[in-house]
Amino acid sequence: MTDLIESLVRGLGLGGLYAVLGVSFVIVYRATGVINFATPALMILGAFFTGSFGNAIGLPFWLSVLLGMAVMAIIGMVIERIALRPMVGRPAFSAATVTVGVFIILLIVAGRLIGSELLTVNDPFGLNTVDVLGARLFTVDIARLVIALVAIGIVGLFLTRSRTGLAMRATAFDQETSLAQGINVGRMFGLSWGIAAAMAALAGALLTAGSSGVETTVALVALKALPVIILGGLDSIKGSVIAGLIIGIAESLTRTYQPIYAPWLGANFDVIVPYLIMIIVLMVRPYGLYGTKEVVRV
Amino acid sequence: MTTATKESLRTVKGRPQLFTSYAREMSIFNTRVKRNWVIVAIIAMVIIPFFLTRDWVALLTTVLIFAIGGIGLNILTGYAGQVSLGQAFFMGVGAYTAAVLGGEAQGKVIGLGLDMIIWLPLAGLVPALVAFVLAPLAARVRGLYLAILTLGLVFIGEHIFKEAKPITGGAGVGRAPAEPVFLGFNLFSNQTILGYRIDRFTVFYVACLVIFLVMAFGARNFVRSRFGRNFAAVRDRDVAAEVMGVSLLRTKTLAFTVSSFYAGISGALLSIVIGRISPETWNIFLSIDFLAVVFIGGLATISGSIMGAVFVVMLPKLVNTLTGFIPGFGGIGEGGLLNVFELQTIIFGLLIILFLILEPRGLYGLWLRLRNYFKAWPFSY
Repeated sequence: MTDLIESLVRGLGLGGLYAVLGVSFVIVYRATGVINFATPALMILGAFFTGSFGNAIGLPFWLSVLLGMAVMAIIGMVIERIALRPMVGRPAFSAATVTVGVFIILLIVAGRLIGSELLTVNDPFGLNTVDVLGARLFTVDIARLVIALVAIGIVGLFLTRSRTGLAMRATAFDQETSLAQGINVGRMFGLSWGIAAAMAALAGALLTAGSSGVETTVALVALKALPVIILGGLDSIKGSVIAGLIIGIAESLTRTYQPIYAPWLGANFDVIVPYLIMIIVLMVRPYGLYGTKEVVRV
Repeated sequence: MTTATKESLRTVKGRPQLFTSYAREMSIFNTRVKRNWVIVAIIAMVIIPFFLTRDWVALLTTVLIFAIGGIGLNILTGYAGQVSLGQAFFMGVGAYTAAVLGGEAQGKVIGLGLDMIIWLPLAGLVPALVAFVLAPLAARVRGLYLAILTLGLVFIGEHIFKEAKPITGGAGVGRAPAEPVFLGFNLFSNQTILGYRIDRFTVFYVACLVIFLVMAFGARNFVRSRFGRNFAAVRDRDVAAEVMGVSLLRTKTLAFTVSSFYAGISGALLSIVIGRISPETWNIFLSIDFLAVVFIGGLATISGSIMGAVFVVMLPKLVNTLTGFIPGFGGIGEGGLLNVFELQTIIFGLLIILFLILEPRGLYGLWLRLRNYFKAWPFSY
């Protein structure tokens, strides 16, 4: 029983992380129709900036996370302006390949900045635990879930309540009509990249918090948000929250129980569980739980 | 009938671009100049390695192998319009098929030690079969969904490769690749022909060149067949293609299968050049390399893929040479601004972006521009 609670909470923490990453993917996809393969690199770079503000300057965790997000938002907008804006009107897969190019460049930059030492953020959680019903829960997991939900809530509110958010949704819906209504579509693209990069940075901070330090290669964890958005639906923020939690819990439960009940599947099997779920979803329901079913015309 | 066909295949003297029949226009060498230059290029490719050092021959062999894999991916991505990040996975399947069939058993690692004439075709056929099984899944999804799906495949594949210890040797350990013994003749050993000693790298290069030529001509022929035109129809507008009677499932399955066949052969040969293969070799970055071969070389051209392979494989060497002259760069450690590996990866990423933005047709497009410039010379158009 305690095993179950512990792994459920760990799964929720992981799920919160995946949900934030999923939202990062969804926002770019909705605005520009492009899967942003640069997200892993944006995440690790965000973690680096958060860590620098926390460790080198000594700012409190909350402030360094916010500053890290702000820096990454600017970087995200710059990348969009330089590399992605010229691709407007080109096939989506060409633009997605551009983000692959951005990914390998940023990954090298992040690797160079971080160096050979492990990256840490100055977080207050560490390996602290709380006891609930006899189960030892890591505070960082609870913090991950809460922070993720708050951040996604703010993004959701921004999209639904603010004027700019409305403009962003309009752009996602129909670019030409938005242009005709006087919306600066290019700025909306930039803004969506900014928000996406900031969310990626938050994910990076959450990932690094509560660990004894991460390497650059951990960036590939962010690709697990792809199963999340496939399950949730490529264009649904609600979907990516729910799918994030489902996949987080599934991964965590596998990590707890697979070595006991199915050891023949090999060590670290939990790492590929999200991808297996993704393949099943693609077979059964390719547009995901909340995604818009694609209607194609000749 | 035969005389009519012969008549229509005739070229008009001095008018190489005048095609009197569709068959003539679609033929593999539709102009005499093209045919002659291909012959010259092949002769050059045979002769050049005899004048080069070992490293360069090994590098050229890698170019040929990357070209095979690149052509395979180009059939899928360039001609059929399905972006795949799964090339590394299928290369891995090919490499391990070859290693199990053609390698030697060591400890717990299986190896049957069969001849190359058995393992080479199977190194292509087994990945093709895997792709065939997975194809209904891939055919359901389009565009970026397929990229995500195949990305998942690479991660799942990496896990399987790490766990299947009798086949792959396990994570961090690896195993020896297949032995390139063709009908009892070792293609990776020093040979003496007519008193002239030939280095084993050169021998293997020639073997790879033969395989490459067969595969490249095969691909060139394949894409101008009925199937190749089906691919283009699906790429350009899948719904329209379906309405015209092109089966999407069959076309995508075929593209996926053929592409994986090429990937498997390429993986098997690459493992021999590397010398020892570990499960980590077949990761997402290898897939990105092949994506770069296709996009930098040029979508939907076989010759473009070859140029792309030359470019992607030679780039590290080039950067390595050039960094010697620029202070601040170079070195292999932490010192300096960027080390060689970092610099070449960044240049690599930049080139992918620049080509996509500035010249989506890739190196092949640059070649076309150059050709058209000189065609109209001294006029601008």
